[in-house]
Order: sequence, then C-alpha cells, then structure tokens
Amino acid sequence: MSTGSTETRGSEEIETELAPEAAAIEGRNPWLLAWQRLRRDRVAMISLAVIVLIALAAIFAPIFTHFTGHPPNRQYLHQGTTPEGLPVGPNGNFWLGTDNLGRDILVRIAYGARISLGVGVVATLLTVAIGVVVGLAAGFFRGIVDTVLARLVDVILSVPFFLVAIALVAVAGPGLTMTVLVIGFFSWASVARIVRGQVLSIREREYVEAARSLGATNLRIMFIDVLPNVLAQVIVYTTLLIPVVIVTQAALSFLGLGLQPPTADWGGMIAESQNYYTVAWWFVAFPGIALLITTLAFNLFGDGVRDAFDPRAGRS
Amino acid sequence: MFRFLILRILQGILVLWLITVAVFALFFVVPSNVARTLAGRQATPRTIHLINHRLGLDQPILKQYWDFISKAFHGDLGYDYYHQIPVTHIMAQALPITLSLAIGAAVIWMALGVFNGVVSAIHPRSVADRSMTVFALFFYSMPSFFLGLMLLFFLYYKLTLAGYKWFPAGGYAPLSQGVGQWFLHMVLPWLTLALVLAATYTRLTRSSMLDVLGEDYIKTARSKGLNERRVTYRHALRSALTPVVTQFGIDLGQLIGGVVITETVFSLPGLGKTAIDAITQQDLPVIIGIVLFASACVVVANILVDLLYAFLDPRVRLS
Repeated sequence: MSTGSTETRGSEEIETELAPEAAAIEGRNPWLLAWQRLRRDRVAMISLAVIVLIALAAIFAPIFTHFTGHPPNRQYLHQGTTPEGLPVGPNGNFWLGTDNLGRDILVRIAYGARISLGVGVVATLLTVAIGVVVGLAAGFFRGIVDTVLARLVDVILSVPFFLVAIALVAVAGPGLTMTVLVIGFFSWASVARIVRGQVLSIREREYVEAARSLGATNLRIMFIDVLPNVLAQVIVYTTLLIPVVIVTQAALSFLGLGLQPPTADWGGMIAESQNYYTVAWWFVAFPGIALLITTLAFNLFGDGVRDAFDPRAGRS
Repeated sequence: MFRFLILRILQGILVLWLITVAVFALFFVVPSNVARTLAGRQATPRTIHLINHRLGLDQPILKQYWDFISKAFHGDLGYDYYHQIPVTHIMAQALPITLSLAIGAAVIWMALGVFNGVVSAIHPRSVADRSMTVFALFFYSMPSFFLGLMLLFFLYYKLTLAGYKWFPAGGYAPLSQGVGQWFLHMVLPWLTLALVLAATYTRLTRSSMLDVLGEDYIKTARSKGLNERRVTYRHALRSALTPVVTQFGIDLGQLIGGVVITETVFSLPGLGKTAIDAITQQDLPVIIGIVLFASACVVVANILVDLLYAFLDPRVRLS
C-alpha cells in the first residue's frame, strides 16, 4: 500500500514539475499534423483554391447564363456564326467565342465542369469504395478469400481497360451512369492491391490482437481498428485518382461514347472542335485548357496531400 | 522458376478465356443490327434471315462460342461481318501501324523520361530539377487528345502557313513508301504519346535515383575515388532503373490496345482505330480478335516484367 501511494505521489510531483513543457509537447493528432503541413504548402493551397473555383463555377453555372444571356444549348446562328457558317472568335458578346453551332463556349465550359467534376468525384468514390472493401477482405481473412480476390485483381489488371471500356459503353449505350460504372468497375483493382498490402501488416499488430481478445467481431476489427490505419494511403490515392478519372471520362466523350449532344461536356466539345482547329483555335483551346487546368490542379494538390501525410516521400 | 512460368502462363490463358466469355456475353445481350445494316433499307425478313444464317448469327450462343473457340485454337479468328475478310488479315494490316507508333514513342519517352529524371535527381531542388518537375507534371496532366490537336495546330497548320510543310495532318505512310515519309507521318503521333508518358518516367526515375543515391554502396563508390559520372551512370542508374523497366513493360503491353486516342486524332488505321470502327459497327469477330490480342499483350508483358525483375534484382525470388 505504502509503496503504491509513494509511487502515486512521485508521479504527481513529476507531472507538476513538467506541466508547462508537457503542455507544449502535447501529442498531436496525425491528421492535424498532416493538415498543418498541407496548409504550409503554397502550391497545394493554390491548387485547392483553383479546384474550389472550378467547383463553384460548376455549381453556379446558371450565373454564366444570367450574365451573358446565353443558355448552354441555344444556337445563335446569326450572331454566333460568320456568314460562312464558321464559329465566331472571342468578342464582347461571346467572351470565349462560339462553337460550330453558334453556342457560347464560356457558358458551355461552365456547364461542362459539372459533368467533369461530378463524374470525377463520383466514379472515384465508387472505385475507392469497392477497392477498400475488397482489399480489406482479402488482407484480413487471407486464405481462400485472399486467393480468389487476388486472382480477380490480376484478371482486371490484365484487361486492356480502355478498349473493353469502349466496347462496354458502345454495347450498353452511352450515358453518365454507364461511364461512372465502367470507370468504377475497371479501376478498383489497384486500390484493392494497395489496401490489401497494408492490411496484411496491420492485422498482425498488438492492438488488433487486443481487440480480438476483448471479443470484437471481425467486422468491427476491420472497420474500427484496421480501416482508420489505411485511410491516409487511401486518401492520397483518391486525390491522385480523380484527375485520371476526369481524363478518362473526357476521353470516352471525345470518342463519342460519353454524354450525347447537345449536353455540354469538355471531352465532347473537344471532339466537335476537331474539324475546326484550323479556323477556330478558341473552339479547341478553351475546353482543352479548362480540362488541363482541372487535372493539373488535382495533381498538384494530390502531390501536396501525399507529402503532408508522408513528408519523407515525394519532393524530398 | 519453371513452376512459376507454367503457373503464370496458365493464369494468362485463364484471363484470356474469361475475356472471350465476357465479350461474347456482352454482345449477345444486345440485339444485333448487323444483318439489317448489311441488307439495306428495303430488305425483306427473308433476306435478313438468310444473312443471319450465312454469318451463323441464328445459331444458339453456345454453339457460336464453341465454333469461335475451336477455330481460335487453330489461329482462325473468323471473318469480319461486312466484307468477309479474315480477322487475322485485318489485324495483320493494322499491327505494323500500331507497332510503329508504340515503339517509336517508347524510344522517345524512355530517353526523355530517364534523362530528365537523372538530371533532376543529381541536382535536387536546383532550377533544372524544378523546371523538369513542372514540365513533367504539366504533360502528366495533359489529356492526349488535346495535346494531339495542339501539336497539329502548331506543328502542322502554323508551320504549313509559314511555308514549312514538314508534317502531314494525319494518315499513315508505310515503310515501303520510304523511311522519310514514314518518319514524317509518325513524328506528331509519337510526340503526343511520348510527352504524356515521359512525365511518369521522369517522376519515377527521379524518386528511384534519389533513393539509390542515398545508399551506402554509392558512398563507398565515391570514397574509392570514382568520378561522379561513373558513380551516377554505372552504379546508381543501373539499380535505379529496376522500377522504371518494370513500368515500361507494363505500359508497352497496355499500349498495344491503348493507342485508340492517338490513332483517332491522327487518322492512323492501326489496331485502336480499327477496334473503334468495329465497335461502332458491332463487328463482333473483329472486336473479339483485337481485344483478345491486346489482352494477350498485357498478359505476356506482365510475365516478362516479372522475369526481368528477378533478373535485374537477384534478391527477388520467383515463386
């Protein structure tokens, strides 16, 4: 008893002595640390600002119609095309010029942002959700589950993605849902592979053993104890996957397998501009630049997120 | 090693078989318009029936699939629906174009990517490093169809206007028309593909080189008094190239079926463009042939990469 009380008193004394310094070196949440590192990264912050701006343009696309007075699909055949029927260059009425049907390119880019960002985010989330569940299951249960799922991952990764995606979309009919499903279906395998690798080592840690000895169910261990520890990797991968998905969606549209006209979408706009690049540079340039800025911003931001979570990697 | 190879080959065959099943099932689900398209607008039901019979489309799906598989084992991929040309013949005509594109681009992107990566890694945080990083990220973010159109605009249209008609606007000139013509037709497609892909290799080489340059044996090499050039290129680069080479194998395998966009932009009648045309016409034998060939390329490339990996890094054991 007496020994115990001495010990207690001893630790109290130590705590009182160290109190001011201890407060100063208080353990910080790793998420908070990552966020602080990210906030100091100027390039990443500027990229984030650009992404937010594009998202705002997408959400408030009708404002562009309000200011210009041009709905996205209205064809201005008199003011919007030359007497020869060619697109009109940037001017006071059409700030970024018009396309081959006399439609306002600026307004169509703003509406197109909805498709690019929407598909980019939704298809990425779908991909990551499937990949995380499959990777968790494969790494956690091992044995036959792992063997079957790992073979499935191998099969998906051996498929010439783009060709089969095109065939699928062509057969099932183009459209937004189809695009999202096709991208999600073919992209989850690499996420699953990353998650599986991480889970294999995490499941051997002491705290997982502790949870199991306390009677936690497999499902609880998977989602409460293991998942949060792979989340950082998953978030990094997600931010870097969004631009890839955006380009894939645009590429499908470019080949005529995305959204059908007259819906404004960047890949489709670039496809329509193909025959006009010699007479109307703005027709191909502006939708292309919009696409490039978006993917560049996501890639720069993704790099920043990776460095924030793992300062040793990347731009060391 | 031998066991590994056999296992991987069997696995590859399984993948290819699954792909044939999937593509067949996919096109069976959708009602086929082939006979109607072929018969023309004023076709009677009897004509359509006859065409379906001739193409074997009135057979049950399993019979059709069995016919396909048994012929495929003998190297016969059937005939295209529209002109009755053997699929293998169509593919043999398209393949040299795709190979010209893929191999030429591969040479450029490897040279560009590895060189930039090494320069970046030797002088980290220098102006050269930063500009290479920006250059890489810029092209990494660039959609290839936009880059292709930009190259056409500046290097074909603007140059032609200025009186330098060096590059054509598209199309393919076979090597039989002379190496010069072939080369000029391929330059813009090569650049389109290579600039986008080189970016990945710059980033990969840079980070791999940085890792290797920090290793002890590099310090040993330096302390022995070897000059910097020798340390960089003989000692560091060799081992830094392992991940680069594996990525190269995977990319090249994927590329055979993945050059759809570049071939479309530059009207190159290679495998990708042929596949797209077949898909829009629902020309099933051609689609299956090309998808199967492209998948086989990926499977073979993956096996080769695993073997190469073990060869480059003796610590890796194949099992």
